[in-house]
Amino acid sequence: MSVTVYVPCDASALSLGAEAVAKAIAAEAAVRNADVRIVRNGSRGLYWLEPMVEVETGQGRVAYGPVQPGNVAALFDADFLHGGDDVLALGPTEDIPWLKSQQRLTFARVGIVDPRSLDDYRAHGGYRGLAAALKMEPAAIVQAVTDSGLRGRGGAAFPAGIKWKTCFDATADQKYIVCNADEGDSGTFSDRMVMEGDPFVLIEGMTIAGLAVGATHGYIYLRIEYPHAQRALEAAIDAAKAGGYLGENICGSGKAFHLEVRMAAGAYICGEETSLLESLEGRRGQVRFKPPLPAIQGLFGKPTVINNVITLATVPIILDRGATFYRDFGTGRSRGTMPIQLAGNIKRGGLVERAFGLTLRELIEDYGGGTASGRPVRAVQVGGPLGAYIPVSQLDTPIDYEAFAAINGMVGHGGVVVFDDTVDMAAQARFAMEFCAIESCGKCTPCRIGSTRGVEVIDRMLAGSIAERERNEVLLRDLCQTMLAGSLCALGGMAPFPVLSALDHYPEDFAGTSQRKAS
Amino acid sequence: MKSVKNVTSLPQIDEKIRDAVLDVTARLKDQPGALLPVLHGIQSALGYVPEDAIPLLAREMNLSRADVHGVVSFYHFFRTHPAGKRVIYLCRAESCQSMGAMKLEQHIKQRLGVDFHETTADGAWTLEPVYCLGNCACSPAMMVDDELKGRVTPESFDAWLQSEAT
Repeated sequence: MSVTVYVPCDASALSLGAEAVAKAIAAEAAVRNADVRIVRNGSRGLYWLEPMVEVETGQGRVAYGPVQPGNVAALFDADFLHGGDDVLALGPTEDIPWLKSQQRLTFARVGIVDPRSLDDYRAHGGYRGLAAALKMEPAAIVQAVTDSGLRGRGGAAFPAGIKWKTCFDATADQKYIVCNADEGDSGTFSDRMVMEGDPFVLIEGMTIAGLAVGATHGYIYLRIEYPHAQRALEAAIDAAKAGGYLGENICGSGKAFHLEVRMAAGAYICGEETSLLESLEGRRGQVRFKPPLPAIQGLFGKPTVINNVITLATVPIILDRGATFYRDFGTGRSRGTMPIQLAGNIKRGGLVERAFGLTLRELIEDYGGGTASGRPVRAVQVGGPLGAYIPVSQLDTPIDYEAFAAINGMVGHGGVVVFDDTVDMAAQARFAMEFCAIESCGKCTPCRIGSTRGVEVIDRMLAGSIAERERNEVLLRDLCQTMLAGSLCALGGMAPFPVLSALDHYPEDFAGTSQRKAS
Repeated sequence: MKSVKNVTSLPQIDEKIRDAVLDVTARLKDQPGALLPVLHGIQSALGYVPEDAIPLLAREMNLSRADVHGVVSFYHFFRTHPAGKRVIYLCRAESCQSMGAMKLEQHIKQRLGVDFHETTADGAWTLEPVYCLGNCACSPAMMVDDELKGRVTPESFDAWLQSEAT
């Protein structure tokens, strides 16, 4: 009987050599006449163990990692095809504490199923949410999403149910569902993992959204930096069409939903929903004024639900298990689970999906095991390039939307980037302004001009005398206020957060180079 | 009455560019919001979006040249000049910075003898910055021809470059 071996085809696992490992296993199996079936799954998200190979045994799946092609012969010698012991053996995958302690709802199937197999998806609970939705009135679907407490996971944390209700209430001959897959924040990769590891769940979520608000066409706006996700999504869309889950007549219901992938072109700002819509319409990705809200006048002027990948990929489990099931996870007004991405200078980085309420310290110390460099943690940036730098003294902040807002931070899309004590926070502040200048869409002055002036002011702070530094700090703080209050969208409106947090928590780093040399 | 589009004479362009523009627009221009897919199509066919292509492209799309130029110049991914044989996209976002991306950047620039947006003298490599490849648990990262690489060090970069050269 053939033994099933799982070797991830997730882009990160591939970046560490998973392709060569898969080939080596196939070659070694051929040499030894071993009957092996290799399945290319997504990643379980334990990236320090990638490429992580799993073997299906009588006692469930057992893991080995990190595996390099040179280890493969030894694994065969150790009879890994029957769970044999080896220096790389990690035991039953589900028992790895890092994974066992998680609460994977959105990521329930990622790393487990074959992302190209519709049958595998269905065998693991897929399309049960759609089946439930097809038996419900559209208004009841919207209500379920509202009751679940699901908030936008892209960063803005706006209640998904309210967005859907606004679009549901709008009357139009055409409505759209748009998935924001322009995951541009540094430190984030959960969208990518879902799209590569369980693309059908996103398709199912978008189909349910279409049924709920009466939209018959959907677009996935995917960043060009994600070619692996593009291939996975396109294959899954074809399979869903062939299986009757997309098209004119979804599952024989008589309802239509069409879906296509559109590739972005490398502009960070297109992760902002209105500039994303502009881009989808074939224009420069410049931010639109709001109102009108996209839910009322969105893509091509029609009512549009635009949500992030994780938000939409969470919808199926809400419809399948019920709003209460999902809402029972979490704390305060942050309901459900958050897929947190642990990144940067971290020993054990990866994907941690847990109910809201875990503290940053638990995340970094218990899951992350401290820094990769072994040096002390000095700063943690949460929520991407527009998120505040959080000092060690605030690491006990629980990860929930309100607790982060209270310390002038944001959970955002859940990216956590750890820095050790070699970080120069003035350089990080300067980079925040530089990045804003590079990526500004140019529509509003505070962002377009302010970011460039910000870089210049920081340069003057660092180059000058103490008096010069103090004068320029006043200017910089004033500039930050202008950007915060006067920018049209979150790019200019939040780029000051990393700058101000660096100034507030790490003033010593802004002492000019001349002074630092003297001290 | 004569069609208006014949009145505007278009500048002579390279046949290869003309064919690519006409082929891609014929296939893709009728979908809603077609300009980005069309530009991707042209860049994928020619390796870049030549400025010479814009007047013809604008006519085929029924847009102004300014509109098309505005879109091409807005997006970092579209290039108006040919790149080297292969493009190295090096991440310089925060997660990679925390793992030494700036040092790696200096090393690669020195090793290839180019700055960002430049192509090596032999035309083999173009170096481009990118802000996040979504490989943040395996920083620093770079991507070459859709192939993602993680935990890149100056040493592993050199070894890789060497292996590509042979």
